[in-house]
Parts: sequence; C-alpha cells; structure tokens
Amino acid sequence: MFYQILALALKEFQAILRDRQSRLVLIGPPIAQLLVFGYAATFDLNNIPVAIYNQDGSHLSRELVSHIAGSPYFEVVKNIQHDDEISPLIMTKKALMVIYIKSDFSNEQAINHSSHLQVIVDGRNSNTALLALNYIRTIIINFNQQFLKTQGRHPPPAVLKVRSWFNPNLLSRWFIVPGIVALLTLVVPLIITALSVAREREAGTFDQILVTPLSPFQILLGKSIPGVVIGLVQGTIIILLTVLWFKIPLLGSIGTLYFGLTLFLLSTVGIGLMISSLSITQQQGLMGAFLFLVPAVILSGFATPIANMPELVQDLTYINPMRYFLIIVRGVYLEGNSYADLISQFWPMTLIGLISLTLAGWMFKHRMY
Amino acid sequence: MNTPSEAIIQLDNISLSFALPATSVQALDNISVKVKAGQITGLIGPDGAGKTTLMRLLSGLLKPDSGQAKVLGLDVVKNPQQIQSMIGYMPQRFGLYEDLTVQENMDLYADLHNIPVDQRASRYEKLLSMSQMAPFTARLAGKLSGGMKQKLGLACALVSPPRLLILDEPTVGVDPVSRRELWQIINQMLQEEHISVLMSTAYLDEAERCNDVILMHKGQILQQASPEVFSQTMQNRTFLAHSTALSKRHLQARLSKEAGVLDALIDNDDIHLVMQEAIINDVPAFNDIEDLHIRPTRPHFEDAFIALLKTNPDPGNAITETETEAQKSSQSSNDLNQKQSRLKNNVSDSIIKVDKVVRRFGDFYAVKGISFEVKRGEIFGLLGANGAGKSTLFRMLCGLLPASDGKVEVAGHNLRTASASARAHIGYMAQRFSLYTNLTIKQNLMFFSKAYGLRGKQQKERIQWALDEFELADYYNTNSNDLPLGYKQRLAFAAALMHQPDILFLDEPTSGVDPLARREFWHRTNELAESGVTILVTTHFMDEANYCDRLIIMAAGTELATGSPEDLRHHFKSAQNPEPSMEDTFIALVETKAENRKNIND
Repeated sequence: MFYQILALALKEFQAILRDRQSRLVLIGPPIAQLLVFGYAATFDLNNIPVAIYNQDGSHLSRELVSHIAGSPYFEVVKNIQHDDEISPLIMTKKALMVIYIKSDFSNEQAINHSSHLQVIVDGRNSNTALLALNYIRTIIINFNQQFLKTQGRHPPPAVLKVRSWFNPNLLSRWFIVPGIVALLTLVVPLIITALSVAREREAGTFDQILVTPLSPFQILLGKSIPGVVIGLVQGTIIILLTVLWFKIPLLGSIGTLYFGLTLFLLSTVGIGLMISSLSITQQQGLMGAFLFLVPAVILSGFATPIANMPELVQDLTYINPMRYFLIIVRGVYLEGNSYADLISQFWPMTLIGLISLTLAGWMFKHRMY
Repeated sequence: MNTPSEAIIQLDNISLSFALPATSVQALDNISVKVKAGQITGLIGPDGAGKTTLMRLLSGLLKPDSGQAKVLGLDVVKNPQQIQSMIGYMPQRFGLYEDLTVQENMDLYADLHNIPVDQRASRYEKLLSMSQMAPFTARLAGKLSGGMKQKLGLACALVSPPRLLILDEPTVGVDPVSRRELWQIINQMLQEEHISVLMSTAYLDEAERCNDVILMHKGQILQQASPEVFSQTMQNRTFLAHSTALSKRHLQARLSKEAGVLDALIDNDDIHLVMQEAIINDVPAFNDIEDLHIRPTRPHFEDAFIALLKTNPDPGNAITETETEAQKSSQSSNDLNQKQSRLKNNVSDSIIKVDKVVRRFGDFYAVKGISFEVKRGEIFGLLGANGAGKSTLFRMLCGLLPASDGKVEVAGHNLRTASASARAHIGYMAQRFSLYTNLTIKQNLMFFSKAYGLRGKQQKERIQWALDEFELADYYNTNSNDLPLGYKQRLAFAAALMHQPDILFLDEPTSGVDPLARREFWHRTNELAESGVTILVTTHFMDEANYCDRLIIMAAGTELATGSPEDLRHHFKSAQNPEPSMEDTFIALVETKAENRKNIND
C-alpha cells in the first residue's frame, strides 16, 4: 500500500519538476517575495525629507537644527525663507515635515527657560506621520538633556531609559523576515496542492487514477507528500537565507522550528486539497487558492497586529494556521522558545491539519465526478 | 484543362515547419496543388499529415516559410484580411459562445462580418431551415448536442455568403443522422450559391462523396484525383471471404497473415480482403482454411487509401506492417493462453450486469433505465452519438459516477464501492488517451505499473512487453505530449494493459485516429478477446460495431436496440437495401424511434 502511495508521490514530483511553468512557480515567487519583504517592506523610516524654517538664527536654534540634520532618520531638503513656501512643499510631498523655529525662539528660552517649536507634518499617511513625529520627539528629548548638561543644570526629574528586549535596535527587518518563512511555506505548497487534482481533471487522468486499485485515501496521501516535501525544502532554503544573508538571529532550536513547520505544512496541504477537490479546472483551483491566501495573510498578524483587529475578526483568526505558525517562527527566532513554550500553538495547528485533511478526504470521496 | 482562372486555391512550392522544444516538424513539405472552383474537394490523410496546417494557412492564419499561396486569386501573405472576408472557415472546434443562444451566436457572426441588418432576416431563415435549427434559436449553444453544435457552427460560417468554405473535420464525433444533415447543407449551398468547399475528413466514405480528393501524408501530397480514379487502381484487388468453419475474427486474423494480403477487415458478415496485386478473372487461393468462400467485390475508397499508405511505409508514423505485427503477437500469445484456460472455466457467466440504471443531473436524465448483460470474453459495444448517454453509462460502470437508480455490477462488485483488489482486475482507457503529458513514456508506464502494484521483475517484464508489443521503444524518453496521436493511443492502451486485466473498459479508443491506427487497435483488441478478456468499448464509428460480439445502441439516454451486429442489420433488410450497413441500421433505428414518439404525441 505504501509502495503505491510513493509511486503516486514520485509521479507528482516528476509532473511538477518536468514542467517549465511549475518549476518557475517554485523558484520565481519565493525569491521575489524574499527580496521584496527583506528589503522593501520595512516599518522603519530613513531619510525623512524635512524642511527647516529657521527665523531665529541664534546659536541655540542652529544647534537644534544640526541635531535634526545630523540624525540618520532625517534629511533636510530645504531651508525655507518665507511663509508661503511651506504649503507647496507639503502639497507636492517634497517634504514630509516642516520645522518652524519662530524669530523669538532663543529670546523666549532665555526668559522662560523654555520655548515652543512648531512641527507641521503631512498627515495623509497617518502611520508615517506618527513614526516621523516619534523620531523628532526623541531628538528633541536628547537635545534638551544635552543642553541642560552643558549648562551645568539639573536634568529633568524623570528620564526614560529604554531597553528593548529581543530586538535591541528595534529593527523591523527582524520582525518581518522570519514571517516570510511562514508566508512562503504557505503560498507555494497551497498552490501546488490546489492545482494538483484540477490539473488531472483537466487532462482526464484523474479518472485513470480512480479506477486503479489506489483508494481515495491513498490518492490523498500521495498528493499531499509533494506539497509537504517541497514546503520543507523551500522552508530550509529560506531559513538559511534569513540567517546567513539577512543576519537574523535564530536563538531557538532548529528542531522546534521544523516541528512547527511540518504541522503548518500539513494544515496548508489539507486546505489546498480541499480547494482541489472542489475545483474542476486549474483556473478555479488558482482562484480558490487566492481566495484563501489573501485573508489568511492579512488575518495572520504578518503585517498588522491581530490585537488591533475588531473582536469578531480576532476570533476568526483562530482558524487560520498561519496565525499560530507566525508566533512559532518569531518565538523561535527572536525569543529562543522551546517546545514547551509553544505547546499552545502546536495543538491548534495539529487540530486544523487533522480537520482539513479529513474534510479533504471526505470531499474527495463525495465529489469524484 | 486546369486554367488558372478555374483554380480557387493555388499553392506553389509551399513549405512550413514548426519548431518544437526538441525538434522541428516539417508540417508542409514543398506542396504544389490546385483546387477547382464550384465543387467539393476532400482532404484526407493520417494524423499529423498536415491537413489542419494547410487549412489554417489558406485562411491566412499561418504564414508559409517559402512558396506562394493564392486563395481566390489573392496572396494569403499579403491580403489575409481580404481573404478572410470572402471565405468561411470552420475549425475543428468551432468558436461557438456556449453562454449565448443560437440566435445570439448567429447575430455575433453577422456583426463580425458586417452583414447589413435588413439582409439578416432572410439569411437566418434560410440557414435555420436548412439546418433544422429553427425551433432551437432561444437555446444556449452550450446545451446543444454535438451534432447540433456542428450544424450551428456551419450556419455561423455561412452567415456571410462565402465564396469558399473551409471545413476542418466537420463531422468528427457527430452521429450519422447529423452527419447526413451536415452533408445536405453543404450540397445545398453548393448548388444554390455556387460556393466551393474544401473539407478534411477522417471518414473515408465521406471522401468518396467529394468531387476531388487530395491525399496527404507527412506534409506531402501523395495523390490528387477523383474518388473514382482512386478506386480504379484497386480494380480486381478486393474480395469478400466467408467461412462457416471459423468465426469472423478468427478468419480475419488468419487471412491478414497470409502472403499477398494487404488488408483484411470485417465487413458486415464477411471479411473484406485487399490484395497486393490484381487478380483478374479469378479469386485468391488460401490453403488450410476449411470451407472458405471467396468472391470479388467492388473496391471501397478506403482500400485505395490503405493501399497507398501501406506501400509508402514510414517507420516514424503510425503505420506498421500488420504481418510482422501478427507474428509478434502469436509469440506473445503463449502467456495469454494460460490466462485463457483460467478464464474459460466459467465462460457462460455474465461478468457485467446492468439493471435499469438511471443517471439524473438535476432534472436532466442522461441515462434512463438501461439494462444489459455482458458475458465473459465478449466484446460488447456501446454505440451512440455524442450526448446519447454512453459516456455517462460507461463512467457508471467504471465506478467513476454513482448511479441515481438501478444496479451496476462488474464481476460481482459495484466498482464505486469495491475494494482495491476488485479494481485490480479491470483496465481502463479514458477518452482522449489521458496520459501525463509532461512525463515520458517510461515514466508513464512506470507510474501505471506501480499504481497497479507491480514491482520488481514482474514490473520490468511488463514494461518490456509494452515497449515491444506496442513498438514504443523508439520514443522511450519522449514526453507523451510530443507523441503522434497514434502513439498516444498505443501508450494509453499499454498503460491500461500493464496489469493484465480480465475486463477492459475502452472509452472512444479510436476517436480522431486515422484508419491505419484504428485497424491496428482492433487487431489487438480482437486478440485480447480471443484470450478471454472481456471488453466493453464505446465508439461513434458505426463500422466498428462489426467488431463487437454484441452491442447496445443508445440515443437520448435510452436503449434503441441490443443484439449482435448481424441481427441488428438483418432486421432492417429491405428490397431497396438488401445489405444494410451498420450506419443505415443506426439511422433507421433513430428514425423509427422518432416516428413512434410522434405517433404517441399525436
């Protein structure tokens, strides 16, 4: 019985690897996505274009400006001379931010020991605006502390000392790149399995298999092996790249990671086979795969935190295997989590895998024509 | 006699080749030909001869590598649009929009050809009445039967009155009644509108009805002549043989091995013989066959076709010499004999039982209460047009589709719920020779043999057997997609036989395959039946019914008749038609049925 399952799995591999198009699907998208997410997708802002409108011209204000200009986050694109230059700069997105230092800035400081500084920010993308504001706030706090020190005065009563665990420099790449392991091992095995039965239905070979002594259960197993194996190989390549190329620390044990990956692949392949058993043409299979993929990625916590979602949607994420696997990947990479720490993620994924494979088997039997 | 003005098509030294990943194929090899106006010209030849390529070239869809092609006096390379506005081209799969109604499809083609609205009504009326489609104008094209689709396709190609009609295998897969109607439409257009027709066909009896026939082979033209000229070369070379001592199949197998016999074919109650040489005023003599009666007969057009191709042997094509074939199979029949003795023990059993089977899709009955039984070692045929329900019935027998009602039993099991071991006894060859297209012959055979649980030495032996028996060794590492159709059929047949099944299900095994490959196929099938394998086969080639021991003819999901081909034919013997063919029988059956229904409705 196992011999026949292996024969079917071997045939699946041959069919996938001998076809130029499916070979491309295996290699192209993963590399493209790794590059896009590794380099392009980042929550960090660098070289924020900023314009300075310094009416003061005092030593103090120039000191402040040099703090901003010297930061890696900001790039001064223009020094403004008139009020009416502000609006076009923001409108045309040449500057995200304008720092306005009024003419009596240093005078007021000398009298009141404090002065105001105006920041005009482009609020069209609220996310970037908030990030940029955060950076400028940090610079001002540093500036204030340094100023007090040089004046030989007491520092402010409470000073924040931040120490970020797991990701000391708060690099968003450390957060995003391990997630790609989950994303890519979801996409490719899902598409491969979702198309596998439909491809045979189109070619008429599915009938041919059904009349062989292979049982639906054996066919199901034979069809899920390639998805799992390809997912494991691809996962390995991506894990190597994240560690060797992107230099993401992998603190936990490889065994825990692969245990989670295998469970994840089983549920992915189960869902792929469910889609497959429903679709008659490859086009339908592909459509079904994408109908599942897009919400699965959005509701996984890959890019936006699940905690920010409406409660009803949060409940929905519990049936999404990628949700659990993302926690495992990030946990193993950055926190060095062990099996025991991740038990609460392993068992729901196992459950999803079992249910989806059983359902796929049932749908297979009841929709053989 | 052929002045250029008379020629509606003129080709001079046309060559065209296609580049494949591995090799390139010379589809048209330096062809020069003229086609006369105002008549029907038939284009025949085995698969891959270049017929479709030639037609696409004439329609301005392909450009030749070299040479000059003129259609209606215009150069196809320079003026493709002008040519396309004056011709009607109907490809093998005509571009009907299945989600549009009959009327909407016709409107669409009228729009595409810029037919003025005021001229449309009369044109539609004529076409609809000719094709007898008038009652169905509101029906979706996708819901039409195969024959009706072809008639609609032809009507759409005729919406703008063309001067030249190019038809690519318009009658493939169409039932005899619809075929006859298609021919009526073509003949009527020929007489009333003086159009010219160029049509390719796989049915050689159709080629016989053409005024002029072009025989193509491997991208070249072997002969162009009227069908009578083709047949004349066969004068005194064709005979009918009959023996009371031997069964038809035995006699056919014996005679095809005899020296001097080019072809032996079951023709109704006799064996139709084609000899290599003409035998004037005498009949060929064969020793050792008891009670053999031979009489001369009129040559068929097909005889000329077979003779021309067989005297042009080409190892790269589906043509093989039946003699070597026969010798080889007699060697391999030893292991079959063992099986035979095993099987013949309880020979009178019914191995397949079908009892009042019904299959419903929604409110549509694809199969309405069919019953029959098949005995061990029989060749049983399921005959009927497209949409008659034979494929649905076939799929129920194989366990691919559950029956809505009634009982289906194969070797005592319902294959849908049967255990793996029950399914190990059946072989199945799907329609269109379903194989893994990007796997090689070797990989296909390896997979199917493993799927049937063969391994080790046994597996090796069976694969070697398949390669020898079906002469596949040359293509061992070729992707099955790149094989000629005849080879695809052989590979599919070999895959179905890997595990030496007792029961063989063959779904349209000869569809689209040329006459030579069909002969070869039936030769093998007969041998299998002789060794005791039960064979259930569907076909829409009526002449192939003669190979069956018994058959059921279906139409619209119901049984028209069941019996041996002889019984069925003799039933329709009449004064005008003392020797009705299977096709005549089929048409007569359909017509009596339609009449009965009319009577009931009245």
